Order: sequence, then C-alpha cells, then structure tokens
Amino acid sequence: MRPTIPTSMRFTKRNVNLSNFRFDPNCICKRHLSAVVLFMNMLLNLGRATAQTSSPPISRDNSVYAELAKAPRKAVSRRNPLEMDPDAVAAGGKLFAMHCAECHGEMAQGGKKAPSLLAPEVQQAAPGTLFWLLTNGVIRRGMPVWSKLPEPQRWQLVSFIKSLSPATPPKSDGENTAHP
Amino acid sequence: MKSIKFQIVAAFPGSRGCASGAVRGRIGRLVSCRALLALALAVVPLPARAQESPYIVTYDHYLEEPGSLEVEYFSTFGTQRGGNDFHAFWVEFEYGATAWWTTEAYFDGQTTFNDSTIFTGFRWENRFRLLQREHFVNPVLYIEYEQTSADKILKEVEGHDVEADYAEPNALARQDYDHELEFKLLLSKTFKGWNVAENTIATKNLTGGNPWEFGYAIGASRPLALKASAKRCSFCGENFIAGVEMYGGLGDRYSFGLHDTSHYLAPVIAWNLPSDGTLRLSPGFGLNDNSHRFLLRWGVSHEFSGFGAAISRLLGGRP
Repeated sequence: MRPTIPTSMRFTKRNVNLSNFRFDPNCICKRHLSAVVLFMNMLLNLGRATAQTSSPPISRDNSVYAELAKAPRKAVSRRNPLEMDPDAVAAGGKLFAMHCAECHGEMAQGGKKAPSLLAPEVQQAAPGTLFWLLTNGVIRRGMPVWSKLPEPQRWQLVSFIKSLSPATPPKSDGENTAHP
Repeated sequence: MKSIKFQIVAAFPGSRGCASGAVRGRIGRLVSCRALLALALAVVPLPARAQESPYIVTYDHYLEEPGSLEVEYFSTFGTQRGGNDFHAFWVEFEYGATAWWTTEAYFDGQTTFNDSTIFTGFRWENRFRLLQREHFVNPVLYIEYEQTSADKILKEVEGHDVEADYAEPNALARQDYDHELEFKLLLSKTFKGWNVAENTIATKNLTGGNPWEFGYAIGASRPLALKASAKRCSFCGENFIAGVEMYGGLGDRYSFGLHDTSHYLAPVIAWNLPSDGTLRLSPGFGLNDNSHRFLLRWGVSHEFSGFGAAISRLLGGRP
C-alpha cells in the first residue's frame, strides 16, 4: 500500500515560499539530515573522482608529465637564484615534507594522487620549468597553485627536487622528511 | 541542536546569562577537554602544512587543498555606543572539494553583555577558481547563502550597515531574520612575497523587497621572512604573516556610495604553528562615526590533510 504524505509535507507551489522560509534551530528533521548526508556523499565522491583523474598508475600513464612541456620558454630559461645556497636543499626538504609529501610520497616516489618526482621527466626538467609548475599548479589534475609560498621558498623546493635521484632516497635536515 | 548550543556556550565560560549552575560542571569538563586538545595540537610534532593568509574579512585567491578539511574558530569583540558591547563567534568547516572549488559551512552566535548568548544562524559558502593558471590578477567567484538573525560577527560589512543597527537587545533583534544570497568577486595577486587582495561584495536579502547592497574589502600582507630556514622552528619569520585590511559598505542599489556607511581599518597578523594550526589576531578601528569604535578579532584554525580520503576509506570507498 502506498503511504500517504500529509499535505503539509508535500512540496507544492502553494506551500513552498522561499521568502517565508526560516531556519528553526529546534527542528532538524530527517529531511535536513538526508540532505546533509547526500551532500557530504557528493563531495566525497567528487574528491574521489578528482583523486582518480589525478592518479593514473604512473608507470602506465606518462601524460601526467605532459604539463612540464607547457612551460613558456621565458619561464624555462629562469635560473635558480639559490643554486649555490648551501641551505637551500635542506630548507626545500622541510618544505617538501610540509606541503608535498602527502600527495607525492615521503620519498617523492609518487602516490595515488600525484606522480613520482624521481622520474626522468622531472629530474631532467630545467629548474625554471619546475618553478613554473609549482607556481601555476595543475588545477584540473588536482595540484593546487603554490604561488602562496614566496618565490625563495619555491626555489628552495626546486633545489630539493633537483637534488633527488632515483638511486638515492631524498635526504634533508634529519627528521624533516620522515614526516608525511 | 541543543548540543550545538551547549558547545557554543561552553566556549565562553565567562559569558553572562547562559551558563546555569547545573551545567557548569559539564562546561568545566568540556573546557578542560578543549584546552587539552588545543595543547596537544600545538605541541605534537607533526609537519606544518598550513600557510594561511592572515586576513579575517578579506579573501585572497588561494583555495583549500583538495581533500583537506580546515576547522576554524573566530571571535569578535566589539564596542557598542548606545547599547551593550558584544562578543560574536563562529566556527567554520572549510573543505577543498577540488583544486578549483572550496566549500565551507559556518555556524555563528553572539553574546551581548548584560543581555544573553544566542545562536545566530548558519552560512554556506562556495568559492570557485575561474582560471586554471596564475595570472596578473587571479579571480575567484564567491557565492554564499545565509540565514541569520541578530548576527554580530561582522564577517563582512555591506550596504548601509552602521553601528546603531547592533544596539538592539537580543530579544528584539532576533525577531528579524536575514535570508541572504551573497556574491563576491575576489581578485588577488602575490608578487615578491606581497599578497594584495580586493573583494567586491553584492548582497541580496531575499526577505521583503530589500535592494541589492554593496561592500568591499581590501588587504595586503607579507610573510616576515621569504626564505624558509633549514630547520623546523616555531618562531622563524617565515611562520608569521603580517598585513592590513580595510572593509566597509558601499550603499545599495538606490543610494550607492559612502553616505551612511561604516568602514574599518585593521592590522592583521597570523602565526602558522608547526602543528598544522594557525593563530590570527586583528584589532580593528572604525574610520567614521557610523562604525564601531573598536573590534578585536582573533581566530584559531587547524587543517586536517587527507580528510576526504580518510572519510572515504571509513565509508568503504576507494581512497
């Protein structure tokens, strides 16, 4: 038997008047809760979908590195002003642990969300290219822009990334890279 | 809903007219738990991910990182001529749905001294990044829906909002409901460590025949040090960002301009703690006779990275 819905609970043109709608803190009914649960579910699914688009298996999908080729020539030709700074790699390692390791992995080996930074495409890229990519992010693949880090910090990150090699796991100032 | 109200009350053990003797013990326990939690968050040696802007009213173009949840608590103390001073507060839950979309829920309340403490409503805001890459100016579209009553958080100032609007006792003020849609165009640029942001605000109150109202917020800020130090530290210059923001109303559709509007100037400072937390402090000063003389704002926030993936795993999905 089909349940009957009281007239007061039906959405009709007559009884849905948004301008009179008020939030009543004493009434959080099932409908509100369902809406919240549905919305949360949608957000999580969207997050998962983003993670999937941003994390194809790296070995099978080298297109994740294609963004590097999009760096403008002017950006590629920029030199790292902290190239000779003895602290740049250690400071970059600290920044990497703070901002990057969660997606790229503690050893920069890549993860489900982001590609390996030990790959030849990254290691052979010019410092200016890496700086450009950090600054602009890859929004559609889920990598945020990092221009909120001041320029010297982005260069420190570049120094650190360029110091990595597939044979040697990343080293920085002691404990720093040990954290995810 | 009662529990939400209770927690808001517990956040302000000194507030008047809200804590009955029967619940004081429980409030004490809750406050102790909060203090312990805050202490734990501050001292647990986790890597800091926060690099938060110091602004409290102005928005820059940086969104929450995808999958991260930031929980924030803010507080505003305001002086009031012709009425009682007040202490308004809000909790924000900010989630990075994607790299170009951040969604956020607010729950706010206020204590008017010698009056009462009340829950004043909720807001749901969304920010959308409009361009894929960094440009000379970076636009973000902000859309917010809010239902508030007797709200005093002054999260934005718009239209002909003036100090006298906040002088009514709570019992009277809460009879009016604001049911608003708010749009902002956020423009921001970071250059040589300086961030400059400008927000243009347009608000439509959906109740009654209220006209569109307008407002603005502008801000500039810079970290105290641009280079990161090689060692982890709490008090390095790179962890502090200082700046200033200014905000106010611009009238409405029928009387656009500065007539009968209020404006504020507020220095801001943020301290990014080594435990993923951020503390913010901002004393604000009214710039004309329509403004509150003084607003003291402070806030604390904590970022939970990988929150989306963790919840997804909890629900049995693929992270």
